[in-house]
Amino acid sequence: MALIAHPRGATEDRRSVRVLSVAVAIAFVVLFLLLPLATVFSQALANGLDFALAALKDPDALSAIRLTLLTAAIAVPLNTLFGAAAAWAITKFDFRGKGFLVTLIDLPFSVSPVISGLVYVLIFGMAGWIGPFLRAHDIKIIFALPGIVLATMFVTFPFVARELIPLMSDQGREEEEAAISLGASGRSIFWRVTLPNIKWGLLYGVLLCNARAMGEFGAVSVVSGHIRGQTDTMPLHVEILYNDYQFVGAFAVASLLALLALVTLALKSFLEWRYADEIAAVHRH
Amino acid sequence: MTVAYAVPRPVSRWRNPSALPGFGISMGFVLFYLSAIVLIPLAALAIRPWELGWSGFVAVITQPRTLAAFELSFGASAIAALLNTVFGFVVAWSLVRYRFPLKGLVDALVDLPFALPTAVAGIALSTLYAPNGWLGAPLAALGVKAAYTPLGVVIALTFIGLPFVVRTLQPVLSELGKEAEEASATLGASRGQTFRRVILPALAPAIVTGAALSFARAVGEYGSVIFIAGNLPMRSEIAPLLIVIKLEQFDYAGAAAIGLTMLAASFLILLALNLLQSALFAKR
Repeated sequence: MALIAHPRGATEDRRSVRVLSVAVAIAFVVLFLLLPLATVFSQALANGLDFALAALKDPDALSAIRLTLLTAAIAVPLNTLFGAAAAWAITKFDFRGKGFLVTLIDLPFSVSPVISGLVYVLIFGMAGWIGPFLRAHDIKIIFALPGIVLATMFVTFPFVARELIPLMSDQGREEEEAAISLGASGRSIFWRVTLPNIKWGLLYGVLLCNARAMGEFGAVSVVSGHIRGQTDTMPLHVEILYNDYQFVGAFAVASLLALLALVTLALKSFLEWRYADEIAAVHRH
Repeated sequence: MTVAYAVPRPVSRWRNPSALPGFGISMGFVLFYLSAIVLIPLAALAIRPWELGWSGFVAVITQPRTLAAFELSFGASAIAALLNTVFGFVVAWSLVRYRFPLKGLVDALVDLPFALPTAVAGIALSTLYAPNGWLGAPLAALGVKAAYTPLGVVIALTFIGLPFVVRTLQPVLSELGKEAEEASATLGASRGQTFRRVILPALAPAIVTGAALSFARAVGEYGSVIFIAGNLPMRSEIAPLLIVIKLEQFDYAGAAAIGLTMLAASFLILLALNLLQSALFAKR
């Protein structure tokens, strides 16, 4: 029967179109996405695994890893708290200017990373609005941890909020209103009614927020001052090593970050597949 | 938690009454945090350039070096957005309409530019397209220099913008039922006619949105570009890098002037695209 051509359905594309389309799609993804990823790992392992691991045990690399973890450990919980508060206020109450507030929350996503760092330098830097005051009182914000955390908070600001707002808006207020009519306190409503409903969506938002917090380069680069062993985060350390022609070291640290990205993608795909109904339907980034 | 009672508060003019507690504390925190982290810092960006006065501001943003950087940033972003629109469409179309091996992997990989830190992407692309790199060497044999040229900037911006087009198109394509296509075929249209006159018009708003998102992200992009760009003034220097250079020279007002102009220009372009979109697709 193989000799008889299968008649093509009216809404089916010609075989040549299908093959060409898939071939172009795969070629593009391989060229633009897979090869850069493969480059990271192959360059890191260019001199063998031991060499790459040794580069990671360098004191400056370890200090960069510590700073990145510390920064994320401060910025992510604060933005999560903000996201939950914003989603609660926006989805459980009706007030004027709601749309405007949502737009303002999304604002950091439309701002260049470099500008996200620049705005803090304009305030806290040497020639910033309160720079002289800070210097007189020996308070360091720019070229120190607070500036790095602030810049990270700015670029990851909307992640949790924009995941929770559509989700909680879909879920409505009936359950919370039922709980309050039965005499539950505000706190127990949040922990026992709202949180169980949004936990996967919340985790999804936190996951994306954390990936960006640990990987942010542009904003942090502007406020960090690049002091080795002190204000270098992992992405900045990658830059320093690369510009020093220490390619294996640069790619070794880079491959740690790439692994973080791959783990994030895997968890993200898993959450989208397993809990599709419990995370917001629309995903824009 | 300061709210210990569940009695609705007096009706205010801007908020409807609600039985639920916690509005005051959550809204208060939101407004405080939003102002401290986002609004006040952005206000600094809006105010500080004017320390230069109008003529000083204009002088900064019309320097040949600044103009060249704007041209590269906006031009390369437009080219990258265009490339992403074409190839992103093919990727989204293949993922939604066809079945092929490793489809799940391709689908997951599309999000890589979102997840991969930009500095990592930057050094990877730069190594890949360097004259001795996996792709740079064959290109060099053809006489094409990719790394350290404006072409390199386009490559990096294409990398960074791809997911915006694909992820905008995918849900729209999935929800586009086959009914209209079947009707079109029944009425005697060829597959090509159906594509041009039924499918494409239905997708057009999403295509414009995806292209706009990709463009907006590319204009401000820094980390993935600076390694592959070579950063030659007047030739391959992007606008965000110029901001960094001005800051290193403690020219805060100049840096802010370039930053403000960039933001204003991207907002105007996006606004124009939005208006174009609603004018073209008003019926939908």
